[in-house]
Amino acid sequence: MLTANRLVDGDVLYWKAGSWVMALADGEVFADPKAAEAALAAAQRDVTGNMVVAPYLFDVRTDAGGIKPVKEREIIRAAGPTVRLDLGKQASKATA
Amino acid sequence: MYRYDEFDAQFVAERVAQFRGQVERRLKGELTEDEFKPLRLMNGLYLQLHAYMLRIAVPYGTLSARQMRMLAHIARKYDKGYGHFTTRQNIQFNWPKLVDVPDILADLATVEMHAIQTSGNCIRNVTADHFAGAAADEIEDPRPLAEIIRQWSSLHPEFVFLPRKFKIAVGGSAHDRAALKFHDMAVEIVRNDAGAVGYRVLVGGGMGRTPYVGYTIGEFVAKEDILAFLEAVMRVYNQSGRRDNKYKARIKILANALGPEEMHRLVLREFEEIKQTGTLQVPAEELARIDAYFSAPAFEALSDAMPKGDADFENWVKTNVYPHRANGYAIATISLKPIGGVPGDATDAQMDALADLMDQYGIAEIRVSHEQNLVLPHVRKADLPAIHARLKALDLATPNAGLITDIIACPGLDYCDLANARSIPLAQELSRKFTDLKRQHDIGELKIKISGCINACGHHHAGHIGILGVDKKGVEFYQLQLGGSGAEDASIGDIMGPGFGEHEIADAVERVVELYLKERQDGERFLDTYRRIGMEPFKNVAYREQLYAAHTG
Repeated sequence: MLTANRLVDGDVLYWKAGSWVMALADGEVFADPKAAEAALAAAQRDVTGNMVVAPYLFDVRTDAGGIKPVKEREIIRAAGPTVRLDLGKQASKATA
Repeated sequence: MYRYDEFDAQFVAERVAQFRGQVERRLKGELTEDEFKPLRLMNGLYLQLHAYMLRIAVPYGTLSARQMRMLAHIARKYDKGYGHFTTRQNIQFNWPKLVDVPDILADLATVEMHAIQTSGNCIRNVTADHFAGAAADEIEDPRPLAEIIRQWSSLHPEFVFLPRKFKIAVGGSAHDRAALKFHDMAVEIVRNDAGAVGYRVLVGGGMGRTPYVGYTIGEFVAKEDILAFLEAVMRVYNQSGRRDNKYKARIKILANALGPEEMHRLVLREFEEIKQTGTLQVPAEELARIDAYFSAPAFEALSDAMPKGDADFENWVKTNVYPHRANGYAIATISLKPIGGVPGDATDAQMDALADLMDQYGIAEIRVSHEQNLVLPHVRKADLPAIHARLKALDLATPNAGLITDIIACPGLDYCDLANARSIPLAQELSRKFTDLKRQHDIGELKIKISGCINACGHHHAGHIGILGVDKKGVEFYQLQLGGSGAEDASIGDIMGPGFGEHEIADAVERVVELYLKERQDGERFLDTYRRIGMEPFKNVAYREQLYAAHTG
């Protein structure tokens, strides 16, 4: 998947079909590494357009339960602090 | 406490206006992120895991009630209702929006605070003993010198682009409460055989991936020469510190590559040259002017008897109240480590209530300690029961200062972009495991310090029990270190061996503590027992046979 932070407030965003969404569950999963690299290249448009900063790709697994990042770091980033369940995306389940 | 003069006020106001312009240009696209990043870092603004993070300097850890109220206001208006006090006596807000940061800095400036030099390769916020000006064992208050160093180092043209960040601490007692030997440079106020007061200068300490205990580079530097001496050290570092490798760029690498003798020779050469110009001697009248800002309150003649109270009060006094230099007064530590809480966090309501309490009891200052607690430095002993009752109502009266549940933990992977593992949940688990106060008292002084990565913001190298979070293929593991100390008997903890899993580490720590209780001799702290019997017995109980086999097999 492809992620970045929104410039104006730092919020975590996920790439979906040429645009950005707020929730990991709504993001686009690239089965093909070439498609992922192409999305990363396309995202530069929003970097130069001052919408997002620091886009990068990360690994996920998908199953019946949905999308789950491979690394703990991305699991926490997608949800919020594990010690404050009232904060971060887990608090609001916001979507774009 | 220190009050801004016209120059200070203008300097901070101009800096706020400058950053406001930079943010506007960034949002309009006139600055790229590559251009903007160093500018925001120079104003303490990071981009972390979930959002931006703003680190605000608390010079030498001293805050007035007015400043504490402003921090509460910022937490409430611009953030999520809390702030995090750090091991560098700063406060961090975890959720500010970039667009709001200029307004936050403008609000801070109204109470003489800022976020300048809380990041970047410059001289960072100068820290000091959190009992400064109050401790019974103090030679002199270290804060006037810390303030002089702050003024000297703020935007000093030679030191704006150092090879790496540079941290300075100042202490005024033989008992080191400021972790002096783990700083790039530190000053210890000392008295010589003739009774004169001067400065011992240490250099080359640090934690991180290559930890070192600092060594003495100036045994007794005269007061008027201190800036010249510190500048000499900085010049040697600026000239010879490595800029080719970020991981070898701190002064500790240079200082330990050169060794004390050669480092001393180079520093003295610079020192003599600077002294000849005479420009860096601190004028006596300026010293007196700054000293006056830190003069102690007019202590009343009071009874020195400690008031009696209920069991909760007695337990709090036992660990959280310390001897004061004046009869009838005490120093009180406000623990930010409630059982199962987040070390160092305080809510806006707690900060406001503390400011009210300070006003009500005539306490002009509150301190932030590097152990992530707050300190009321000048409390009438007679007021202690009422203050304790107020703190208890605010969930700020946990009687655990210096005990096993008074755990230092960095924000870790719950917040930090650099972290490999979470620190806070482990601190919470350990805190709950050792909740029983009788057991805590039985264990005695035991400092657990947890870092979520090798950068060691949680000071794990200096923990009697240190814990380092590591990443193994995306999964959190925890390395145990024993025998560290950040006090005057400074030492770097020894690594026990392979890391423990997330669900193994707290039990391993408990087994280590139980072995200490079994093996200790009269009066021994955990650290003393470890130093006497060494790692092997602790290693045997920590891993147990099957755990060790699982990790090594």
